[in-house]
Amino acid sequence: MSTRDFTLPDLGEGLTESELIEWHVAVGDLVTLNQPIAEVETAKAIVQLPSPFAGRVTRLHAEPGTTVAVGAPLMTFEVESDVPAVRAESEPIVAAVERNSVLVGYGPPIETGNRPRRKTRRLPERAPVSGTVPDPEAESVPVSGTVPDPGAESVPVRPPAEAAPERPRSTPPVRKLAQDLGVELRELVGSGEDGSITRDDVRAAASAIAAPQAAARQLGGADRSAGRRETRVPIRGVRKHTAAAMVSSAFTAPHVTVFLTVDVTPTVELLERLRSARAFAGQKLTMLGLVAKALCIAVAHNPTVNSRWDEPAGEIVQFGYVNLGIAVATPRGLMVPIIPDADALSLGELSAAIGSLAETARAGQTPPERLSGGTISISNVGVFGVDAGTPILNPGEAAILAMGAVRRLPWEFGGEIALREVMTLSLSFDHRIVDGEQGSRFLSDIGMILADPGMALTMV
Amino acid sequence: MTPQGVRVRDDTFDPLIADVSPEQLLQLHEDLVVVRRIDTEATALQRQGELGLWPPLLGQEAAQVGSARQLRSDDFVFSSYRENAVAYCRGVQLEDLVRVWRGTASSGWNPFDVGMATPAVIIGAQTLHATGYALGCKKDGVDSVAVAYFGDGATSQGDVNEAMVFAASFQVPVIFFCQNNQWAISEPVGLQARRPIADRAPGFGIPSIRVDGNDLLAVMAATRSAIERARTGGGPTFIEAVTYRMGPHTTSDDPSRYTDPAVQAEWAAKDPILRFEAYLEGLGFLTEERRAAVAATADDVARRFRAGCLGLENPEPLTVFDHVYATPNSWLDRQKSQYASYLEMYGE
Repeated sequence: MSTRDFTLPDLGEGLTESELIEWHVAVGDLVTLNQPIAEVETAKAIVQLPSPFAGRVTRLHAEPGTTVAVGAPLMTFEVESDVPAVRAESEPIVAAVERNSVLVGYGPPIETGNRPRRKTRRLPERAPVSGTVPDPEAESVPVSGTVPDPGAESVPVRPPAEAAPERPRSTPPVRKLAQDLGVELRELVGSGEDGSITRDDVRAAASAIAAPQAAARQLGGADRSAGRRETRVPIRGVRKHTAAAMVSSAFTAPHVTVFLTVDVTPTVELLERLRSARAFAGQKLTMLGLVAKALCIAVAHNPTVNSRWDEPAGEIVQFGYVNLGIAVATPRGLMVPIIPDADALSLGELSAAIGSLAETARAGQTPPERLSGGTISISNVGVFGVDAGTPILNPGEAAILAMGAVRRLPWEFGGEIALREVMTLSLSFDHRIVDGEQGSRFLSDIGMILADPGMALTMV
Repeated sequence: MTPQGVRVRDDTFDPLIADVSPEQLLQLHEDLVVVRRIDTEATALQRQGELGLWPPLLGQEAAQVGSARQLRSDDFVFSSYRENAVAYCRGVQLEDLVRVWRGTASSGWNPFDVGMATPAVIIGAQTLHATGYALGCKKDGVDSVAVAYFGDGATSQGDVNEAMVFAASFQVPVIFFCQNNQWAISEPVGLQARRPIADRAPGFGIPSIRVDGNDLLAVMAATRSAIERARTGGGPTFIEAVTYRMGPHTTSDDPSRYTDPAVQAEWAAKDPILRFEAYLEGLGFLTEERRAAVAATADDVARRFRAGCLGLENPEPLTVFDHVYATPNSWLDRQKSQYASYLEMYGE
């Protein structure tokens, strides 16, 4: 006997991995050539894998639910030695698989079951014949239909695999949404046509997931009363994406963070005046909106910060527009939706865009094209009551501004100490592109505008 | 023929196949079973990482076998990539069917050995080739015909329409054989054809026949009538064989995302092989012994097919330059020598 590994093939023209859905066989099982052994889900389809060997399963290398890389071993077989795989007995076991339809998780439909089942027999060894006219000799070979083949009888035929829960119907965009929100489609009942799962179903399930999480937070984290001192949550969806983006950014772009504490009292007062101004009636003006506007103005004077390091091309991409990313905490995790061409928007338009963007992101309705393509970002950590941070760059961007909470502090004003509205700004930038001087000038330009909004008149 | 395998009388087409003997019927049955087995084995080989891709023909066996078996060896077929049953009938060797899908060759066989061009992957391009070949036949004064195989999706391509204009203008001996398998990948045929596809051809001045593509005998009769017209100077014919692609577009496709299980079931009941078997059983031709023999043949072909596929050797890297030009080319020679020096950097 000798062992052979079956490594996961590229099942769909350039895929790098597949998720193992379930095994149809167990260690110790005897399998025949082309017997379905597993079901995997690629980025394109759910696929049945037929066994490439006849032999005994000695090892399964992956657990259902895990992701297997193309080329990684999937299972190990013990096959008869000296018998090349191609010569292995190729009698398919008809009864081994029950398939309602050829097309559900389709795979090769091994010989239809409504034919008389042939007994196993060995054909005489014959060199591959190159003619395509079926060998007439083969037809006349008497089939040993009456001789029971002990080999065939000893093959333990597994009962039909536990009816695999069929994936409910849904459209690719809905599946994408579910993946983004970390919702398991198998657990849902569709309300759409033909029982298909709709976007609303997914969103409802997502908020149901979010609610207990929020409740848990209120209770102070892990639910100790239930005796659970730690909880394990699968890393997926937004969390997985965020983690990958953070790691990739933190370890490719050398980050530098500079800080600036600014007396923003004039901006706070301006905000008050604008809120009561007729021109902005009914609009929700915020500090974030004003900071975003100040950032856009400052970018025009410091274009280096609005760029991207294109490693493959060996180029620095300088953007002539500002696609402004705004970090938003959503029930699913951090998202950075963008406002395209933010520099072309008026203060009112920019504030409105920020308001609707945050709302859309929290509802999980941000269209995918608004989750990429940013050129620079803002993270408003002040809303959580902290003063400053060292934000990590959104991958592909050269700068990110964090704005701290506005605090009423004793501060130097007109040569005396007065209570003033003070805010700390922190700017992280990619030191490959942006030098200390450029980053600092950019931050101080923003600070200058916030300290004296009238200065903006000198900059536009 | 009904899905239950009962012949429906037709005064026009019945005489065209009146000469088919029981032996020929059984041979055709074997073809159907064998090509399905080859197709199944190829799908399995793809799933096992032995082929990069495979376009299954499940459900279209009768349309392909029924038409291809009516051709003479001096006729010429121009097909798309799904016509593996046609290739089998033309005499393409088993391993040659998968050379391209295994990535060991740029094309599988010598077209002139079998009277069939290697498949066109560009949708519909082969209809132009067939029309041009047919014009050559006409100019040579021979009575060979050219057949273009394509799908319903291809009929929306410019090439196919251009080929029909040209074929009608020059009255060339070409047969446009459209397998309407109802799907242009995931797009149902109704989206691109408000009327039956066969209705388009008369607009070009080409007579057309709409035939049940899952009825082997009907396909045979329709093909024979078209061949007869082409051989006797009557010009082109368009055949729409209405069938159903019961599998995926290719092994990279997941049809469960866009097909209706009820429609699938409906077509499964019209399976071309089950129907032909019911017919043969009704005539008493298809015995249990015969079934077993055919199954054994199919298994043996599958075994040889698998062995042939796994036995295909990876080509030497430098052979990639071999068939770019028929004549020497200095520019290419330079590239080849540069690539050779590059490979030498890795030693042996």
